[in-house]
Amino acid sequence: MLPYLTEHYGNPSGVHRISRMARLAVDEARDTAAECLGCEPGEVVFTAGGTEADNLALAGVRARRGGIVMCTAVEHHAVLHTTEMLDGTVVAVGPDGVVDLERLGDSLHDEVSVLSVMLANNEVGVIEPLEEVAALVREKSPSAALHTDAVQAFLWLDVATMAAPADLVAISAHKFGGPKGVGALVVRAGTEVGPIIHGGGQERDRRSGTHNVAGIVGMAAAMRATVAERTTMVERVSALRDRLADGLADAVPGTIETVPRDRKVAGSCHLRFEGVESEALLVLLDDAGVCASAGSACTSGAMEPSHVLTAMGVSRADALSSLRLSLGTTTTDDDVDLALKTVPDAVARLREP
Amino acid sequence: MPPARVLVAMSGGVDSSVAAAMLVEAGHDVVGATMKLWGGAGDSGCCSVADVEDARRVAQQLGIVHHVFNFGEDFETRVVEPYVAAHAAGRTPNPCVECNRHLKFDRFLHRARRLGFGAVATGHHARVVQGSGRCQLRRGLDATKDQSYVLSMLGQEQLARILLPIGELTKDQVRARAAALGLRTATKPDSQDVCFITATGGRRAFLGDRIGLRPGRLVDSSTGDDVGGVPAVELVTVGQRRGLGEGPGGERRYALSVDVAASQVVVGPLHELDTEEVGLTGLGWVDEPVVAGRVVEVQCSAHGRPQPAVFTGDGVRFDERQRRVAPGQTVVLYEGDRVLGSGIAA
Repeated sequence: MLPYLTEHYGNPSGVHRISRMARLAVDEARDTAAECLGCEPGEVVFTAGGTEADNLALAGVRARRGGIVMCTAVEHHAVLHTTEMLDGTVVAVGPDGVVDLERLGDSLHDEVSVLSVMLANNEVGVIEPLEEVAALVREKSPSAALHTDAVQAFLWLDVATMAAPADLVAISAHKFGGPKGVGALVVRAGTEVGPIIHGGGQERDRRSGTHNVAGIVGMAAAMRATVAERTTMVERVSALRDRLADGLADAVPGTIETVPRDRKVAGSCHLRFEGVESEALLVLLDDAGVCASAGSACTSGAMEPSHVLTAMGVSRADALSSLRLSLGTTTTDDDVDLALKTVPDAVARLREP
Repeated sequence: MPPARVLVAMSGGVDSSVAAAMLVEAGHDVVGATMKLWGGAGDSGCCSVADVEDARRVAQQLGIVHHVFNFGEDFETRVVEPYVAAHAAGRTPNPCVECNRHLKFDRFLHRARRLGFGAVATGHHARVVQGSGRCQLRRGLDATKDQSYVLSMLGQEQLARILLPIGELTKDQVRARAAALGLRTATKPDSQDVCFITATGGRRAFLGDRIGLRPGRLVDSSTGDDVGGVPAVELVTVGQRRGLGEGPGGERRYALSVDVAASQVVVGPLHELDTEEVGLTGLGWVDEPVVAGRVVEVQCSAHGRPQPAVFTGDGVRFDERQRRVAPGQTVVLYEGDRVLGSGIAA
């Protein structure tokens, strides 16, 4: 990335020799992205992150085609809030967090112009059945575009294959080791997406604004590395996750695993500890050097009960006792040991009468 | 007090900023926390996103860890809903008192204890004085900023674990210290009124959304005649004059009693508001219960003037007749600058 913040400072949209190096870098990054995402280079639209990619997918289709936007109740807020803003329809999920195909089938109709179903959920890790969803769309709403938010999925899953049934695919670089503030939307040929950011007409008029060259180069490098190492990494992290989840289930009475492990991504360990306020638990874990999460944080930094758990039918009290321990490529055995030592103590302390 | 682990409730205002700074200077192991209490519209008080940011930035400046606790649901059920219910019943509640009772010195204090903190601190202008194993709650040094009234529900168990460092300073001194430390909150205006009531909409807009306000009739106390109306009977407070019109000879009218169920406000001249007694419910004591017959001073609003009175066992009798206390108001009993306890006006 560094050369594109220093000597190759050119704007890829320029026509002179200084710009040429930047242009070359963006073109090569686009080729890499296309290869890793299973699409053509011309189908890659670089954005300033996953949220923008999701917004572009939904609002972009709607801008061109009108119609109704639809998504599942467990989508990331980037999709959910965009759908709500566009007066769209939200479809229920089952208790496992998987989209309810029967209800989806009942909800789909000719007026739907874009349906958004995420590939892997960011909070509980569950993987959605995109193939079945695509079949339903073809049957009930053949003119609708299928969008998938693969932001959380790319690190763990073969997105090039698994997202193949989708017309639109959103990713974000920082979820797989790339820099923050850069992402991409795959717009397959034949899918009409109007711009939501207007200006100089970059990205074939689909996304105006000067390219974040260093970010795009960084994302491409991270994509290449992810795809190369994915299989061995997933195997390694799965084993760590299993040790963590098994260890906590053994050490902490009343531990509930939110989603069965065979239905979710390798890095997700999402648990509930009956009767424990996760907001207090996070403070104790932070003190001990364990960085965890629960629900989602609002602008002020306050934890809100998770809309994902609510959509899965989890009670408010249970939703407020959840803990999200995420593992990544750099997670080590020592990290798991620390969590296995810290979490049971902290839970026990919070459960003291 | 020897160095301890202290959790400071930081609202993002100058008082709690300086409270945190003083505890850090005193060598305590300090962590800051901001309670997110109100998610709805509000522009006059605490816990907006900007205030949480101020608290966080001050904590960074002081080199202490800062957390945000989302107590929004408790605030709704413990403070906002009772506030609305009280108005719906024609009473005049003190939501700040209930917030201190249920949120700051119950929920927050419990959380702090769970997390291993020996004490909590706030930026209130009042003083906790320790002596021979007992705690006294006293007025803050700055008489114009004293907040002991809204802390009057505190008992021994809570006071033993509360630090109020700001109570030893005047407001000017607080601001001077904040300025000397270069804290970004040094010149921030004081919070005003109830945090969930906006300056633009006021109680009318807030309660109108929640319960729907109903017009009421004004009934003359001596003749029983219908002498006019008010747009919202739920917003009339006993003792109020504004909006009630004048008698035929231009006499000022005051609200003597409010009957929401009957949509009726009895109005009359000022002298009919005079009373020598107020009955109290929910009495609570800072230390030993006050016995009937004890001479006390009584304060009936946050910045009201203390009145000499005698505790009767279930209320107080004023030495001099004074204006009736609106039902629902907190009535605090003092001895000099020391809080003895409090109750709610019946």
